[in-house]
Amino acid sequence: MEHTFQHTPTAQEISDLKARELDAICVNESELKHPWWHNFKYSAWGILFGIVFVKAEIISWFRIQEMFRFESFHMYGVIGTAVVVGLISVQLIKRFNVKTVHGETVHIPKKEFNKGNIYGGLIFGLGWAITGACPGPLFAQVGAGFGVIMVTFLFAIAGTWIYGLVRERLPH
Amino acid sequence: MLEIIKQPWPWYVAGALIGLTVPYLLLVGNKSFGISSSLRHLCAACIPGNIKFFNYDWKKEAWNLFFVGGIAVGALIGAQLLSDPNPIVLAPSTQEYLATKGITDTTQLLPAEIFSWEQLFTVRGLIFIVLGGFLVGFGTRYAGGCTSGHAIMGLSSLQWPSLVATIMFMIGGIVMTRYILPFLLTL
Repeated sequence: MEHTFQHTPTAQEISDLKARELDAICVNESELKHPWWHNFKYSAWGILFGIVFVKAEIISWFRIQEMFRFESFHMYGVIGTAVVVGLISVQLIKRFNVKTVHGETVHIPKKEFNKGNIYGGLIFGLGWAITGACPGPLFAQVGAGFGVIMVTFLFAIAGTWIYGLVRERLPH
Repeated sequence: MLEIIKQPWPWYVAGALIGLTVPYLLLVGNKSFGISSSLRHLCAACIPGNIKFFNYDWKKEAWNLFFVGGIAVGALIGAQLLSDPNPIVLAPSTQEYLATKGITDTTQLLPAEIFSWEQLFTVRGLIFIVLGGFLVGFGTRYAGGCTSGHAIMGLSSLQWPSLVATIMFMIGGIVMTRYILPFLLTL
């Protein structure tokens, strides 16, 4: 995975970046240092996101059943529209070289293919149809008051942890 | 106005808002949209052990945790203040099928017959609540992303490995729904 530092990185910075880049689609390495409370701008969008998740019933187990049974267009409409809007946005940002609000060049890390995309994708798909939730909706289901989903959430963390434990022995 | 907001939102409104997350995160802080990474950052923050995969400075990715925290708060607002009192409107064919498996309670977003504390210690509850969560956490990390990171962010930026992952998500989901769930639901 390629990444460009805008200053000469220290050995510590490089090794830390390498660790974070393992099996991550998004490694975010803004060069800017902000106070921690700047992170609330992400919480603000997260709140809007959570409301959308509930109001469009995206966190509903029933909607995921409909989707995988091809009996409703709803979820395909949601994901399809999101991809189209995202695609147009990324193209516009690239075409016009739109900078971030802090004047940085927008950087989208390139994803290298590995066999985990296949095996892991299949495992996640199996789990998605059982729980009716991908990771985002898990947070939203707990927030919406489905207390027992805290257990699902804890086991999702456990799954991630076990993956980290055994990843060296898995095909990639 | 509030009456309109309280009704279920159509797919194009939800899809557009979710899609706008991509430029928002890029332009506000040069962040690539992805949610499953938050599970990894939680591991790194709480139980890194001696595992190389979790030994990194998770505070550099703290924005991701603020984002998912916002999702939980937003869901609380959506469920408490903006909720629609009517049962979820399902495709009739889905509803009939689920009824044959004893799933008839559509008053909430999740079927109470499966996802409740009473069900947790049944075989079916363990599979749906515990094993399902494990597969989601393990699979997304092995795949390097979930629906947001691969299907939305990855496809939006034309990354073909994300297309492979997204197709595998769908295959896994269809196989489970078509061939395995009919059995699991009867447990």
